Amino acid sequence: MRLGVVTFPGSNCDYDCYKAIREGLDAEAVFLWHKDHDLQGVDAVFLPGGFSYGDYLRAGAIASLSPIMREVRAFAEAGGPVAGICNGFQILCEAGLLPGGLIRNRTLKFASRTVHLRVENAGTLFTTSYDPGQLLRIPIAHGEGCYIAEPEVLEELERSGRVVFRYVDATGEPTPEANPNGSLNNVAGIVSESGNVLGMMPHPERAMAGLLGSEDGMGFFRSLADHLVRA
Amino acid sequence: MTEYQIEVRVTPRRGILDPQGKAVAGALASLGFEGVSEVHVGRLVVFTLAADGEDRARERAEAMCRQLLANPVTEDYDVRVAALEGAGR
Repeated sequence: MRLGVVTFPGSNCDYDCYKAIREGLDAEAVFLWHKDHDLQGVDAVFLPGGFSYGDYLRAGAIASLSPIMREVRAFAEAGGPVAGICNGFQILCEAGLLPGGLIRNRTLKFASRTVHLRVENAGTLFTTSYDPGQLLRIPIAHGEGCYIAEPEVLEELERSGRVVFRYVDATGEPTPEANPNGSLNNVAGIVSESGNVLGMMPHPERAMAGLLGSEDGMGFFRSLADHLVRA
Repeated sequence: MTEYQIEVRVTPRRGILDPQGKAVAGALASLGFEGVSEVHVGRLVVFTLAADGEDRARERAEAMCRQLLANPVTEDYDVRVAALEGAGR
């Protein structure tokens, strides 16, 4: 099993992802350079967090047009698993691989803290290690994480179980207070219609060990690995 | 070919949350400026474009907006085209 992590200029969670794969899953991890057109035969692609291209124009806009994105798009369209975390989620929306968009946090503040997430769909290839409705503690760190979409798009996401993670309070309720950025319906992560492309603002790769404050991100990587073993 | 000065104004899509506009409106009110409403903060992209006629220039600039300069999911845009003075003579 070989998992790839794309490094864009300004990525800063690429090494966290790399370590989560190497040490959390004990799998092979490779860095994929944004200027290359080579996915090095990986079984899944991660678009990591950070500030690719300094968030110029809009977060993720320039990165979505990087050379490697041509291959990532073809890989995704062929059914290959692609996970975008934080800036990676923004890039996937800008690339049109996921619906909707991410705008400035409602508070106008950069939000960096651990939040509670509820697993809304434990049937995606990224979430089978979790129980439906399970509460997770995962860190967020973003200034532009407010998810918006057309009402009919959001309705379709909800209806088809494509809202995978939702911001909730410690009791599991999706209250406005538990929403760190103003996302519609407290959406924290979604999947594509085909189910193989996921975007989420929280950082599971930063929640891989008790030493980091939470091990709840492990299930995310474990689910994907289990899927690849089965495939 | 004529050279055109293109201005693309990009603003948050009307009707969606614009916390930045709201914050600026609040700050203006705190300075005592009355009667201010509908404040939005956006971005201005300017460039020179060589094209065969103004319609063609506008068409190309709007294609750029759809593909890169604006995100139609989250933003509105407005393209202004003006022939550069002294150009095309």
